[in-house]
Amino acid sequence: MGLSLVVGCSLLYIALLFLVAWRVDRRADRGASVVNNPYVYALSLAVYCTAWTFFGSVGRAATGGLIFLGVYLGPTLLAPLWYMVLRKMIVISKNLRITSIADFISSRYGKSSILAVLVTIIAVLGIVPYISIQLRAVTFGINTLTGMQDQAAGGAHTPFYLDAGLYVTVAMAFFTVLFGTRKLDPNERHEGLVAAVAFESLIKLLAFFAVGIFVTFYLYDGFEDLFRQAYQHPQTAALFSFKSVGVSPLAWNMLMMLSLFAIVLLPRQFHISVVENSTPRHIPTAMWVFPLYLLLINIFVFPVALAGKMLFDPSVIPDTYVLNLPLKFGAPWLALAAFIGGFSAATSMIVVETTALSIMFSNHVVVPLLIRANRLEGNTDLVSGIGRLLDIRRLSILFMLFLAFGYQKLVGSTYDLVSVGLISFTAVAQLAPAVIGGMYWKRATEQGAIVGMLVGFLIWAYCLPLPSIASAGYLPSGFLDHGLFGLSFLKPGALFGLSGLDPVTHAAFWSLLFNGWIFAIISINTRPNTLNLTQADLFVNIHKYNSGQEWDILKREAKIADLQQILTRFLSESRSAAILKEFETIQGISLAHQKIAQADLISFAETHLAGAVGAATARIIIESITKEEPISIEEVMRILEQTKEAVDYSRVVEAKNKQLEALTDQLTLANDQLKTLDRMKADFITTVTHELRTPVTSIKALSKILLDYRTELPEDKSTAYLQILVAESERISRLINQVLDLEKLQSGTSELQQEKLDLGALLQHAIDTMDHLFQNQQVTLKVLLPEIPVYILGNKDQMLQVAVNLLSNALKFCDPAAGEVEIGLTQVPLTALWWVQDNGPGIAQAAQSIIFDKFTQLNSPELGKPKGTGLGLFISKTIVVQHEGTIRVTNALVRKGARFEIRLPLLNPASKSPKREDFY
Amino acid sequence: MASDRRSTLVFVFILFALLLTYPIMGIVDESKLVWGMPLQFFYFFFIWMALIVVVALVVRKRKN
Repeated sequence: MGLSLVVGCSLLYIALLFLVAWRVDRRADRGASVVNNPYVYALSLAVYCTAWTFFGSVGRAATGGLIFLGVYLGPTLLAPLWYMVLRKMIVISKNLRITSIADFISSRYGKSSILAVLVTIIAVLGIVPYISIQLRAVTFGINTLTGMQDQAAGGAHTPFYLDAGLYVTVAMAFFTVLFGTRKLDPNERHEGLVAAVAFESLIKLLAFFAVGIFVTFYLYDGFEDLFRQAYQHPQTAALFSFKSVGVSPLAWNMLMMLSLFAIVLLPRQFHISVVENSTPRHIPTAMWVFPLYLLLINIFVFPVALAGKMLFDPSVIPDTYVLNLPLKFGAPWLALAAFIGGFSAATSMIVVETTALSIMFSNHVVVPLLIRANRLEGNTDLVSGIGRLLDIRRLSILFMLFLAFGYQKLVGSTYDLVSVGLISFTAVAQLAPAVIGGMYWKRATEQGAIVGMLVGFLIWAYCLPLPSIASAGYLPSGFLDHGLFGLSFLKPGALFGLSGLDPVTHAAFWSLLFNGWIFAIISINTRPNTLNLTQADLFVNIHKYNSGQEWDILKREAKIADLQQILTRFLSESRSAAILKEFETIQGISLAHQKIAQADLISFAETHLAGAVGAATARIIIESITKEEPISIEEVMRILEQTKEAVDYSRVVEAKNKQLEALTDQLTLANDQLKTLDRMKADFITTVTHELRTPVTSIKALSKILLDYRTELPEDKSTAYLQILVAESERISRLINQVLDLEKLQSGTSELQQEKLDLGALLQHAIDTMDHLFQNQQVTLKVLLPEIPVYILGNKDQMLQVAVNLLSNALKFCDPAAGEVEIGLTQVPLTALWWVQDNGPGIAQAAQSIIFDKFTQLNSPELGKPKGTGLGLFISKTIVVQHEGTIRVTNALVRKGARFEIRLPLLNPASKSPKREDFY
Repeated sequence: MASDRRSTLVFVFILFALLLTYPIMGIVDESKLVWGMPLQFFYFFFIWMALIVVVALVVRKRKN
């Protein structure tokens, strides 16, 4: 097959890709996104399948059996977790406008520039071998088709200008520059590129399927026939199990883990799955479509490898089976199609990977260096000389590809494709502790991430690429067999004496072990600074920050003109204007008359700038034009003041709390009193009803007798009965009156009609009223009233009631055998003192305080059941108090018995004194 | 529902992680043919397909 045909077809294919990309970009500009589709997203993720998959898997299967599947089962296994992990990464990245895995890690650890540079270096050096195998695959593809196999095998000994690889490299650099750096999007999204990648994924799947069907169903009679023949064949029988082919369980498990990390951490995977993602809503579909794609592209790998191994002699390199099988068995056009498939896989990998790496390299290494250099020279226009960002990107791409070409020339051809690819996987896995810890462990610190990653990377470099370079003859190879400085425990293939593992498993084990532990231990023993802490919180708890706006911890100021100039330089004039406009719209302000940009505008600009150059670099650029004001004393005072207010407030709350507690106590007390009152009321009602029932019972009985025997009863008897009836009726009405009085007093409705009273005359009137009762019960009443009138201001009826109450009480409680009651009145200065004293048992000290309470009835064994309503004294006291007087009870000193004393204010002597007769 | 789905997916991950690594992998690490296919080959693709189906079922949009 002619070289011109192969190259011509490749160029035509590339032209087709450009057409796809161009049309998609055009449609995107018109607002109709083709890429915003979950299936396109899933297909674009298949950039994971490179020339390694296309050619290398078959080569690997021909020597290692099904071990090649680990590279695809790892990502498949992670797919269920995308719903959490990938989604979180996307949400974080969209909010912070993160543009690469280096940007992601550096943003997490306080926008650390050191970390950004470290990740970039690891990624670039780690991925270079991976890019080199793509170049090599395309080169030997061309050589195989055109029959120039000897040159491919020649490797390093071919003069460079005759090496097809050089031209492939140049062509790839050209494509990448055209695809990846056509425009500078602030979000680093390239819809055309994504569409082209998705298209290529379809092409490579179809091409591999075509070869697989040709081999399985044309060269053989289906799977069963192929497998049965291979099972018998001495060359292939060993490939049917890991045990027989010599794959250790540990190597398999490690391969699964490495590829599981690679699917998210490889710069191109991060770029396609996170940066180019249109919306997290595409994830659920991609979660099963992408594994399905991997399954389909792998299903024919093993059969093709078995067929190649059976049909070719061992001198044919297994990596070329996919091309050689159709070529040697009468289907050269199929071989060409297969080559286009492999070419497709290689170009999509190279374009996306180098684009992603160039973004990292220019943003985190080149631009910061230029800014620092300018600053050292004292250049005030700090961004001059940096030139257009896109040119830096283009140079970075060229640099990266020629590095890969150089690696291929040095060592590439001594290893098969997959072995070289796994070196890259192990390098990229060094980012895993910092990324996983960064997303789920807030305590992870910058120092931990830096040291862990650095140590892991150094172990990787010492155990994997260094030996390959040394064994190719470019370094003294003594350390391979005897260890560094002759220390046998430093042998790169058996570090610390751990032997018996394949190089990749060995290197991955030690590097990840040290990386992870150092990361964890240093993180625990270091304290993050404020910026570090806020970023950590932002990453771990991204769901809290819906707006994605960072908190302005730093108080910053810059001239708006400076800010605008920087935005214009790094983005574009129109883009810069659009950003400021957007800010004005969001904030609802006009910047036209302002000169100084405040912290919020600076943060806004920084976030947008970060979209173009990465967070760490954006911070350095912004720093160059801002004055980061040290927080002033006033500021500190203000913060302290706020703290003080908070403390004061909490004190107020505490005081309120105490008040509440006091109120609660009062309420409890009141409640207890209410309960007591309620109980007293219930008792009172019992008493009252009892008191009512007794006279009613006797009235009823006597009336009945009178009715039944009115003719037979003697005169005197019936008169006596009638007298009892009258007395009992009076008793009832008295009781009822008292209850009514109580009601009146309680409701406070009784208007006190006060007039001038002669207390002496009033008491005499009460004595007259009660006199017959005293005589009836043969109680001596001793009256000690003064000759002169004693005037007070009061209500006649009420005062009379008090006197009657006290007298009847005395009558009730005096000694029943020799009753004696004394009533007296005297004048002490400004006060009328009046007392009533009996010679009964007296009132116990404890009872004296409650005797005036409502419903209180003294109940004692000596006195038997209560004789009153329990209201008399309460009513008396209420009346006296309403007259601004006092009432108290003592036990008489000379004789036993209770003594009630009432003190009432005397009427002003100056006022007119009515005659005593007025009373009547 | 969302957290149910999350838990299910974590469970699916753990289940398949166990199925696709040693020591369980050791059970099918035998050189023999099953229905005309190498046992290991059959096992890998069967488990792989099962994972795809399970994930698709879990994430499919519920109509309600």
